[in-house]
Amino acid sequence: MPKLHAPSRRELLLASGALFAWAYLPKLARAEGRDPRFLTIVLRGALDGLATVAPVGDPDWVSLRGDNALTLDGKTSALKLDDFFALNPAMPNLHRMFKANEAIVVHAAATPYRERSHFDGQDVLESGVEKPGAAYTGWLNRLLMGLAPGDRVSANGGRAFAVGPVTPLVVRGPAPVLSWAPRRVLPASDDTIARLIDLYRHTDVSFARVLESRAKLTAIAPAGSMEQTPVGQIAGPDLAQLRAYFSEAVGAAAKFLAQPDGPRVGALALGGWDTHYNEGIATGWLAQLLGALDGALAAVQENMGPAWRETVVVLVTEFGRTARINGTNGTDHGTATVMLLAGGALKGGRVIADWPGLKAESLLENRDLKPTTDVRAVLKGLLKDHLRADDHALAADVFPGSDDVKPIAGLVTSA
Amino acid sequence: MTTNPKFEAALALHRFGFGPVAGSIAAIADDPRGALLADLERPGAGRVAAANLPNSGQAARSLFEFRAERLAKEKLAERAKKEAEAKGIVVGAADDNTMKPNGDAQPPNGESAQNQQNQQPQLPALLVQNEAKVRIEAAVAAEIGFVERLVWFWSNHFCVSADKILSMAGAYEREAIRPHVLGRFVDMLTAVESHPAMLFYLDNGVSMGPNSVAGINRDKSLNENLAREILELHTLGARTGYSQDDVTRFANVLTGWTWIAFGVPNRGGEFVFVKRLHEPGEQTVIGKSYPDTGVDQGRAVLADLARHPATARHIAHKLARHFVADEPPLSLVDKLAKSFIDSDGNLKELAKTLIAAEESWTPARTKLKRPSEWITSALRLTGAQWVVGRVTSGQGLLGEPLWRPGGPNGFADYESAWIDGLSQRVDIASNFAGRVADRLDPVALVETGLGPLASAETRNTVARAESRAQALTLLLMAPEFLRR
Repeated sequence: MPKLHAPSRRELLLASGALFAWAYLPKLARAEGRDPRFLTIVLRGALDGLATVAPVGDPDWVSLRGDNALTLDGKTSALKLDDFFALNPAMPNLHRMFKANEAIVVHAAATPYRERSHFDGQDVLESGVEKPGAAYTGWLNRLLMGLAPGDRVSANGGRAFAVGPVTPLVVRGPAPVLSWAPRRVLPASDDTIARLIDLYRHTDVSFARVLESRAKLTAIAPAGSMEQTPVGQIAGPDLAQLRAYFSEAVGAAAKFLAQPDGPRVGALALGGWDTHYNEGIATGWLAQLLGALDGALAAVQENMGPAWRETVVVLVTEFGRTARINGTNGTDHGTATVMLLAGGALKGGRVIADWPGLKAESLLENRDLKPTTDVRAVLKGLLKDHLRADDHALAADVFPGSDDVKPIAGLVTSA
Repeated sequence: MTTNPKFEAALALHRFGFGPVAGSIAAIADDPRGALLADLERPGAGRVAAANLPNSGQAARSLFEFRAERLAKEKLAERAKKEAEAKGIVVGAADDNTMKPNGDAQPPNGESAQNQQNQQPQLPALLVQNEAKVRIEAAVAAEIGFVERLVWFWSNHFCVSADKILSMAGAYEREAIRPHVLGRFVDMLTAVESHPAMLFYLDNGVSMGPNSVAGINRDKSLNENLAREILELHTLGARTGYSQDDVTRFANVLTGWTWIAFGVPNRGGEFVFVKRLHEPGEQTVIGKSYPDTGVDQGRAVLADLARHPATARHIAHKLARHFVADEPPLSLVDKLAKSFIDSDGNLKELAKTLIAAEESWTPARTKLKRPSEWITSALRLTGAQWVVGRVTSGQGLLGEPLWRPGGPNGFADYESAWIDGLSQRVDIASNFAGRVADRLDPVALVETGLGPLASAETRNTVARAESRAQALTLLLMAPEFLRR
């Protein structure tokens, strides 16, 4: 058996980059006196939901995962959420938010996708369309198109926004996309940009839009954003660097969202969750990754300032992982997993789960946690109650064909 | 179709090559298609001058030794510090922030291909840099670069990542991709899936048959990562009818495909089939039964996958999409799939079919060049001196770090993934132009680089620029130069 000099998955994650995008809404109607913020974080690679929020009250839990099962009295004790579920110990900030009624866990959740390809799974998750490969636009972008002018959050005069050179699918679409990235080279002059915009307007209109958006963003870039402190170099990251990177990337998004005239809806994607080998649930790789994510959530809270009470952050992944540990101390591609919600606007402190159980016959194909909640029901509930999207648009345009998937009500504080 | 031979020559250079160098539009204007076909017949096509580069096994062993020695040094220093402290001597805090969570072998700080201006880079960075240099050289120096473009295409199709298997990322391309780029698909497939870099990248080295000797003794079992990605990404393509059971069975077939531990002298890092890990018995994959013939069981499955009509279709579509359009004409995909099937996966025939098809020559240039391709065409156009670290860091900044795709599906090959990055390209173009434009005549470069492809607007915009640097920036960012 070859001795593995194990892959450096930290680097994998950093190299795939933080890509973000958000809707930019320059002036909002605030007639209702609220100003909601919505940030979607896509965790690419399939997050192990059972390792993130463990069903410690399930009698089959420990026999299912053995030494890899998080427990309340283990070597590294999980953080108790309620009588049944406990959080990975690497996430104290999320635990604190949960205890302050500012976080919700949805368990045994899945998109309608039932195969096990990352790329198709991400496609379904981000496009909001049931079949993979069927759409080139993302649900967040179509949401913006659907919000009527004058609504609290509206695409009217606004744009979707992308940071990083590669735009994630969830925000691609007809609502124009703004692009912004940390500047690690001296920017081209405004005059050069103006000349190119002029050239593109006559020759290639899609190019013109990209540079027009850049010009607008430069004007609203918040002080202390990544422009001044570029994201760390790719090579040689360690845990401290990983934490800094997550906090900086996610925190910068929050800084934009917190601005009075800044964007209100955004998304970013973070990779690295594909834990086939030596998963490290309690103290290893996954724990570190979750810890970095936890730090990033704390950075969002801090950077949002008073706007935190109007904020919802939703963390979603394409699917879960096998209920059992595989032959190499990791987990393979599975089905149901967790969704994590955080933010001051939530009616939190709850785990929402129609628990399917862990006995062999309860598992999907005797393999995966069985899905009992549709990810779209949660997203639709949030988009409806928090952003005031209407039912018809949600079922027809944002998540086409989802009439039967009812929005989950009451996720946010009464608005 | 256009009748202007220079138009078709310029088109050929941008669409199938790495863009023109001085004089190359005129040089192939007589017969652009013939020039592309001739590129396929060059002796040694697809190979690079790599006599001084280590093979993947040598690279893996040397990196293993390097890290082991570094660890020993760190331990000695730690020991000395403790002894000193025990004697009451205060030692200055060591600048040591290397954490080793998860037992990973960590690259040292400063391992990146960047910021290597003054100090000699260390071995890990050197391994990648030397490989990158040879690759960039081949693309920049090529007459047209059609075969090199094919190498890049296949390398992305069968990608591994230097983030996971740093030592082998470059050698892998030379060993598994290049020798077969004009050969047979089945040979490339077999070379790829049995290459230690791929086995390492997709976790196959630790996969054991549940009923294998090692699996029983260690109570370990399968890791299905490699089997799944072969079916989904490398051969049949997603949603082509294979099932979870096929994935699991195929993963069983591939147990035992691994490599010799990197620390073993002389042979560490080479492919080896270990029967002890291999799941015994017959396996049924996609409706066909394969007797347990050891390593040949896996080869037999690969051979059938290579020949499967879904694979032909998958490859045909990707190839057409890469060279011609994000949504390639169905008739072109049909022609390529037919060629793939009729020739039993002969990749040279496939390339010829691509050139022969009228659909490949559509004058509409809709395809946005990927960052690496665009950077290469800028280097060729300007003839600028380049430093490998700068080129690779430019690619990285634009979201396409060399040999570091975000996942085994490689870098995206359609416009929506890259168009927003134009905002970063203009900065790169501006910085590059600021360094090299002094010695250049941008107006003449419009002729060199675009010729009949240049629109009146682009000519005017370049001609009216306020400086040479700005003019060159505008030319590199002109739609005709960004697209192929």
